[in-house]
Parts: sequence; C-alpha cells; structure tokens
Amino acid sequence: MEVVLGHYNYWVVIFLMMTGFYTVISRGNLVKKIIGLNIFQVSVFILYISISTVENGTTPILKEGFEVYSNPLPHVLILTAIVVGVATTALALALVVRIKEAYGTIEEDEIHQRDHSL
Amino acid sequence: MSGLQGHLSLLLVVIPLIAAPIVAVLPRGRLPWAGTLLVTAVCAVLAGMQLWSVVHDGVISYELGGWAPPWGIEYRIDAVNAFVALIVAGIAAITLPYALLSVEKEIPEEQVPLFYASFLLCLCGLLGITQTGDIFNVFVFLEISSLSSYALVSLGRKRQALTSAYQYLVMGTIGATFFLIGVGLIYSQTGTLNIADLAERLPAVFDHKTVHTGFAFIVVGVALKLALFPLHLWLPNAYTYAPTVVTIFLAATATKVALYLMLRVLFTVFPNNFALGTPTFDLFVISGIAAILIASVYAIYQMDVKRLLAYSSVAQIGYMALGIGFASAMGVTAALLHLFNHALMKGALFMAVGAIIYRVGSCRMDNIHGLGRRMPWTFGAIIIGGLSLVGVPGTAGFVSKWYLILAALEQQAWISVAVILAGSLLAVVYVGKIIEALYFKPASEANQSLKEAPLLLVIPTWVLALSNLYFGLNTELTVGVAERAAEVLGATGL
Repeated sequence: MEVVLGHYNYWVVIFLMMTGFYTVISRGNLVKKIIGLNIFQVSVFILYISISTVENGTTPILKEGFEVYSNPLPHVLILTAIVVGVATTALALALVVRIKEAYGTIEEDEIHQRDHSL
Repeated sequence: MSGLQGHLSLLLVVIPLIAAPIVAVLPRGRLPWAGTLLVTAVCAVLAGMQLWSVVHDGVISYELGGWAPPWGIEYRIDAVNAFVALIVAGIAAITLPYALLSVEKEIPEEQVPLFYASFLLCLCGLLGITQTGDIFNVFVFLEISSLSSYALVSLGRKRQALTSAYQYLVMGTIGATFFLIGVGLIYSQTGTLNIADLAERLPAVFDHKTVHTGFAFIVVGVALKLALFPLHLWLPNAYTYAPTVVTIFLAATATKVALYLMLRVLFTVFPNNFALGTPTFDLFVISGIAAILIASVYAIYQMDVKRLLAYSSVAQIGYMALGIGFASAMGVTAALLHLFNHALMKGALFMAVGAIIYRVGSCRMDNIHGLGRRMPWTFGAIIIGGLSLVGVPGTAGFVSKWYLILAALEQQAWISVAVILAGSLLAVVYVGKIIEALYFKPASEANQSLKEAPLLLVIPTWVLALSNLYFGLNTELTVGVAERAAEVLGATGL
C-alpha cells in the first residue's frame, strides 16, 4: 500500500506515459497519434515537476522565513521542453494538413492503399 | 583575433542560428543560397581552427554568459567533438555548392529561402550537439536539428515525402522524449546536468535502480535517432523521399552526430565502465550483426537507387554499432573511423545519384539504364564511392573495415569477422546492381540524348569521391585523430 500511495505521482506518470505511448503505436489516425504523442510528452513534464518537489517546501522565492523550497531548475527545464513539445505538435499538425491535401485522408491504412494502387 | 578565438566554440553554433532567420527573409533568387554558402564556409573554417586548437592546446572549456559550470552551461570541446564538428561543418560546406542547382530543380521557388533557413537550423542543431557539455542542452539541440530535418524531409517532390516526414517525426519525438526521461532520472539522483560533473557524481550512485533505468532510456532514445537496427524504420523512407541535398546532408551527418552522442553517453557520462556491467555492448553486437546482414539483403532487392543506398546506410550504421559493441579501444577507433569514412562515401554516392536525378528526374533502376556512358564523370564517382562502400583496398572504406576486423580478431570474435566479410560481399552485389543498370544495360531512347550533369554538381561529387581515395591511401590523419578521440573517451582502459 505504501508503494502505491507513497509514490502516487509516479504511478500517474507511468499511467500517462503508457497511455500516450500505446495510442501512438495502436492508432491509425494521424491526429490521434499526435494526441498520444502529446500525452506521452506531458507525462515527462509531470515526472520532472514531481522530482523537483521538496517535502514541506514552498515555492522557490527569496524571502525571509522561506528556507525550505522546491528545486526551481526542473521547472525551468520543463518550460523549455514544453516549448519543444509545442513546436513538435505544430509541425506534426502542419504535416497532417498537407497529407490530407495530398491524399484526401488521414487514416494510415488508406494512405498506404493509395500509395500502392498507383 | 584572439578575442574571436576565445569565442570560437560558441560562434560555431550562434552563426548558423542567427543566419537562419536572416536567410528566411532574403528575396528569392540566389541570395539565400549565397548567404548559406558563406555561413557554411565560415563554420567549416571555424571548426577546422577549433580542431587545430584542441589538438595543440588541449580541451577548450567555454562558459556561456560567464556562469561557471556546473551551474552555467558549459561548452566543452575535446578531440572527439572537435572531430565530429569538423565532419558536420565540412560536409555542409561541400554540400552547399552542389545545392544551388539541385535545389532550384527540386524545391518550388517561393520555398527556397525557407529551405535554406531550415538547413541552417539543422546545421546549428547538429553542431550544438557536438559542442555542448550540458546534457539538457543536448536535448534542446537534438530537437532543433530534428524539427528542422522533419521540415526538410517533407519538402520532397513526391507526396510520400509528407508521410515519411510524419513517420520520422513520430519516431524521432519518441526517441527524444526517451532521452529526456533518462536525463530527468539521472538528474534526480545527482542534481547536475553538466556532463563532466555527472561523470564525477554518477559513480557514487551506480547501484541505484533509477540510474540504470535512466541509462536504458537514454541509450534507447539515442539508438532511435541513430537508426540502430531494429529502430531504423524511419530512415529508408526519409532518405528516399527527401530532396537530394537533404539526403546527402542527413546521411552524412545526422546519424553520425547521434553516434557521437551515443559514445559520449556510454563512455563519458557513465564512466568507470558502467556500461560493461549492463547488457548494452552485447545488444550492440547483436543489432550490429543483424543490421549488416538484414539491411544489406534488403538493399539488394530495392528498385530505387536512393532507397538502396538508404538501406546500405542502415547496414553501415551496423558496422559502427559492432565497433562500439567490442567495447575496446580498437573497436571505438574503428567506429569513429567508419563514422568519418561513411560520411565521405555516402556523401559522394548520394551526390552522384542526385546528379542522375537532376538529368533524368528519377533514380529507379529501370530509368537509369545505360547512363554510365552518357554521364561518365557521375558514373566514375559512383564507382569510387561504391568501391569504398565495399571496402576495396585503396579506398577509405577499406581502412575502417580493416580496423574493425582487427578489433574483432583482438577479441577472437569469429562470427563478427565472418559477418563483416559477408557484409562486404553483399555490398558487392548491391553496388554491382547499380553499376550493371548504369553501364551494361542498353540505354533507352530518352536516355540516349542525355548529357553529363553540370559542373557545379560534378565538382563537389568528385571532391568527396577523391577524398575517399585520399583517406584510403593516407591514413595517418584520420587514424591518428580517431585513436586520440578513442583515448579521450577513456575507451583505452577497457
């Protein structure tokens, strides 16, 4: 019980990670794949944020009376990773738009069919 | 000048980064190309100066913004990164003269400035990975280079370029995210991101399961970027459908930089032979062997020359993986040598194939019959590149395979020796197939009237083809640098 409740944040991370990863692998719809990829990336953000937490710590501010505070570095790293994630999603969606224009579908198996029926 | 020299390492990354948006807004025409040419030439010179400075004065440590490491980001240049940075910048500088005509032919006019901007961003990312001494910074540069290469691949003429770019994006992002997870896990155990600092602090927590998990995530993530068999699925499509210039550049640099990163992780970030206590090296040997045999056989059955060469790239990456898998100084030297030599041979081959595409518009086996007689210079470059790929003595390919076999004999790994030789025989078959189509098949009506490719395409191709011969005969320089790099990585103590 301790293992489950004491580390509930990590269980959430693992659950999200596997959900996202499974979606990327199993779905044939290109937009759904991107959603899966997003969930996968978000799980990593949560992983970083939760390892930065210090027990009984406050937000990282410099003021008297606040001596124990969370590690701010992972927050900053994750801001960068979020930006990277946004760029990836934007590029992926742009590609999907172009694929839809070129093939008239965003289903993976139909795209394969159209390439081979040429 | 001395002020400039002090910032050498940073300039290599900053110049292409700043030039990219400038090139993007330049008017159409040849100006964007000229700007990019200038930037790549400057970068190649700077990378050369950097290697010279590292070899003579030792490791360069550059503190970004004056923040001392491990708090600030540090660029740390030793013989390994200086060597890889020179390969990347050098290949970019050779590709650019070639790019002018090839890009005019393959990319719509209004997209040309954006094409060169993405190209510069990709160069910036790849150089950044080699320069930086901060592992999170590696992730950022990895994504800069990857995102721009997805965009570059999608610019191919056929619609399959879009699906290949999408596939590359999904697999590349999974790889980068794995890397990020691994970095987070080792950060949680050490509290540092500086590679040199990690190397000091990690040994104390080597028996923690978190560190092992982090290691596994990082290795698998980089292996995806490296296209290590069986994680290579994105590579053949991406190389086949990307514009020729992109294929040349990515084939010669992107996987090489990923390989460099892998070596860094295995030997520098996790020091004291940590990786020897894990099954990593055995996996490298197995996947290397599988890559050499399976990808070479796949290559033989391809009907498209670009795709054939792409599968051959997967096989060549297998040789490098095998070299790492031996986990010896000789093996790592062989891997680094092959990293350099493969950049030369694949660069030359893809350039020659690009020249054919420039004239014919396609490189399917049945469209190129008899072209060897029509385009003798291009054909000559294919023969030299092909011989180098096979590993015929006198070519660069021979040198790296020789060292690889020595490394295998050193450990009495007979199966690996047999596989390396078998791989060369398979290479004879697929290179022979190209040459047969080009030379021995009668030319079709349409191909009868074709002329040799323009000089601007032939010259860069021949520069790379001749360097295959040069580095095949004069091995002092490459072997010296590779041995020194292996020494820096600490692979000698293995």
